[in-house]
Amino acid sequence: MSKKAKMQELNRFELRLSGLGGQGIITLGKILGTALALGHGYYVTQTQSYGPEARGGSSRADLVISSHPISYPKTENLDLLVALSQEACNAYYRYLKPNGVLMVDTSMVANTPTNVYKGLPFTTLAKDKIGLVQTLNILVLGAVTHLLPFAGQRRMKKAVEQALPPKIQEINIKAFNLGHREAAKHFGDAPAVWLEAEEMADAEEDTEHV
Amino acid sequence: MSEVTQLIHQYLRHNKKFPHVLCPGCGHGIAMGSIVRSVHAQGWSKDDVVVVAGIGCSGRIAVYMDFNTVHTTHGRALTFATGIKMAKPEMHVIVIMGDGDALSIGGNHLIHAARKNIGLTAIILNNNIYGMTGGQCSSTTPTGDFSMTTPYGQLEKSFDIVELARAAGANFVARGTAFHAQQLDRIMTTAFGRPGFNLVEVFTPCHTQYGRKNKFKNPVEMYKHISKTTMPLEAWSKLEPEKRAERTPVGVFVERDEPGLEERYMEMKKKLLGSAQ
Amino acid sequence: MAQAKKKRTEIFALGNEAVVEGALIAGCTFYAGYPITPSSEIMEIMAARLPRTPEGVFLQMEDEIGSLGAAIGASLAGRKVMTATSGPGFSLMQEHIGYACMVESPLVIVNVMRGGPSTGLPTSPSQGDVQQARWGTHGDHPIIVLSASDVQECLEMTVRAFNMAEKYRTPVILLLDEVTAHTREKIFLPEPGEYEILERAVPSVPPEWFKPYEDTARGVPPVAPIGAGYRTHITGLTHDPMGYPTQRPDEINTAMHRMFRKIDQFFDDIQLVDEFLTEDAEIGIVAYGSVARSARLAVTKARERGYKVGLITLKTLFPFPKPSVVALARKAKCILVPEMNMGQMSREVKRVNNGATRVRTINRVDGSIITPSEILKSITQV
Repeated sequence: MSKKAKMQELNRFELRLSGLGGQGIITLGKILGTALALGHGYYVTQTQSYGPEARGGSSRADLVISSHPISYPKTENLDLLVALSQEACNAYYRYLKPNGVLMVDTSMVANTPTNVYKGLPFTTLAKDKIGLVQTLNILVLGAVTHLLPFAGQRRMKKAVEQALPPKIQEINIKAFNLGHREAAKHFGDAPAVWLEAEEMADAEEDTEHV
Repeated sequence: MSEVTQLIHQYLRHNKKFPHVLCPGCGHGIAMGSIVRSVHAQGWSKDDVVVVAGIGCSGRIAVYMDFNTVHTTHGRALTFATGIKMAKPEMHVIVIMGDGDALSIGGNHLIHAARKNIGLTAIILNNNIYGMTGGQCSSTTPTGDFSMTTPYGQLEKSFDIVELARAAGANFVARGTAFHAQQLDRIMTTAFGRPGFNLVEVFTPCHTQYGRKNKFKNPVEMYKHISKTTMPLEAWSKLEPEKRAERTPVGVFVERDEPGLEERYMEMKKKLLGSAQ
Repeated sequence: MAQAKKKRTEIFALGNEAVVEGALIAGCTFYAGYPITPSSEIMEIMAARLPRTPEGVFLQMEDEIGSLGAAIGASLAGRKVMTATSGPGFSLMQEHIGYACMVESPLVIVNVMRGGPSTGLPTSPSQGDVQQARWGTHGDHPIIVLSASDVQECLEMTVRAFNMAEKYRTPVILLLDEVTAHTREKIFLPEPGEYEILERAVPSVPPEWFKPYEDTARGVPPVAPIGAGYRTHITGLTHDPMGYPTQRPDEINTAMHRMFRKIDQFFDDIQLVDEFLTEDAEIGIVAYGSVARSARLAVTKARERGYKVGLITLKTLFPFPKPSVVALARKAKCILVPEMNMGQMSREVKRVNNGATRVRTINRVDGSIITPSEILKSITQV
């Protein structure tokens, strides 16, 4: 029995995580990519772009997710853009597909180029609700996991645990749950174009023994 | 003398076409003899000795000796030697370089090999000139001296190899001369038996390229000059400070016993592999 | 793209990480290097992994000249060695690449290409070092240059680089670009024994009979490692069969020709390409590295629109895979060569094409990868 048969059929789902250096964007991309590639069994390419600065400056991680081997590893037209800074939002909005989704950190992005977006004050939530601003990226991961119908919550959390040192796992899982919960509350369901196979993805996760 | 002849047969390559490239009066052969005698004194097997040489007259010495010999690139001999020692720590590594080789083009490698304290003996044959290339100035050509590229006199200062090596962290630093062969034997034998990075500077006259341009009538004059201008370190230290400038001290300047990089690396490995099991 | 086989270990890894996996699988026990973006992950992972292997030695040297010097020294002492760098460091290494060619020292150099010349674009991709890899060091010399376009290939081609280096007793250069090196992908780690691992030939005769640079039928003399009792002389001077410097024209001529012959006569073994939909191709694309992936997507999209396009992905860059490219040139009306430089590999394509068909170049030197759309546009314009 092929596990992939149960997976949602994806043909180059393109996703960009963008913001500032120091926000943990590359780590976020790495965890998301690992979970989707190893946990979920998709073909995933994750590329990144960075400047010479270790802190500050712009940071970006791109993922292509597909049910088939991926030729071109970078993104061209985004299905989902996650912007955690105003600059990133301004710079990358134009790469969104016509029916693509924009998700922003409303505590960082004051002006969105469109009224149609999903927004949560991620940085504020990380600071005030979790008490550790460094959990911002995992909080975002929780929200992204809610948005992506083909991403399983349990497997994503497993990837978080595997990627982070034991000392900070608990607080990050807390952040993940908060992100996921808030997204479920405020974003509603994933866009209709992504939705069709959600039940299949869920069904698959139910059979998984963690 | 017969003992020396015997050593020649034992340690020089019989299948290498002589004559050698060195000029009459060159001090390099004396240094080479000293290396052979010191290896013999250590009782090392020829198979376990590797001689790594750079480029220049000094670099050509390697080919005559019946060890594992590597004639490398200009200034980089120490990097090859570092690789060899780390790959096979049981080898006895001797590096032969010239002054232009070790200090000009290879200066960076020299200070880092000393800092790393890699276990080998670096011998710098200092003749104050680029000999093989035709007599251009080197970074040890004394101020005011003449060469093909300082026809109006050298304006720059020359490196003090001993002080440089000391500051860079070498375990052992000594200076000898081709005129004082027995002392040189003692220094080299000591250096060969020690851990970490050992540096021996050898004053060796080059009459062909340096002497002729700087008013030395013949090689013998140059050896006499070495004899007159050098002095054992102990005696030199007792000189009035203003008189010290006239003489160059010879002897052992630094003697530390820190373990070589390869030893420390093996220790680290042992710990890592031990904890993994 | 490598076929996924079941049961093998999967990891989600960077191209640079895959290089390390490949090197360790191939039996690399010595790494000497100097950090430089975008290759540094190779060095960092080697620093963590090698000391934990029984024989592994890791060294950080003072510069790239010293790194390759130390690597050659270790290779002469019998180790399988590697170093990794990028443009500026690769320029510094040229002196010792020549030395390695001359003394016939097996070793692997990974160059993760970034934008140049000079310091250029440290964090952006380029393919500007292709001809430097071929001709960078002075003097006539043969060289093997390999390339990889995806992460699995980074692993496979690193293993291949080691095998070629050991088999032909030569330095092998693996040219990656920043995109391939910094792409994360799921790859499969081979099971022990799954890949053929080659070792260098060692002398079968006692020391007194051994001639370290003797001309043999294969042209590849066995290597006596330092310390094995053979006490050979190794020199960057042109040498006779005993390894001693020579100025005799007959000995020089024999030595130089053997050095070329040992690579030339095994072209078939060394040259590796991947052909995609080339059988009926009217438009041919020749690409390598990450750009080959752009080209592959462009070919797929163009086929959907009815264009008969085929792609040759070069995995061996040098010796240049002439037969495959010539075969494509014979059947196609036009050959496109997309590359992130001002036209380096296209020179080779034009050379072997010899005017037979049109060759068009797609060049980009702004620090960005050539996109599938750009190639698709060129296809539709042919």
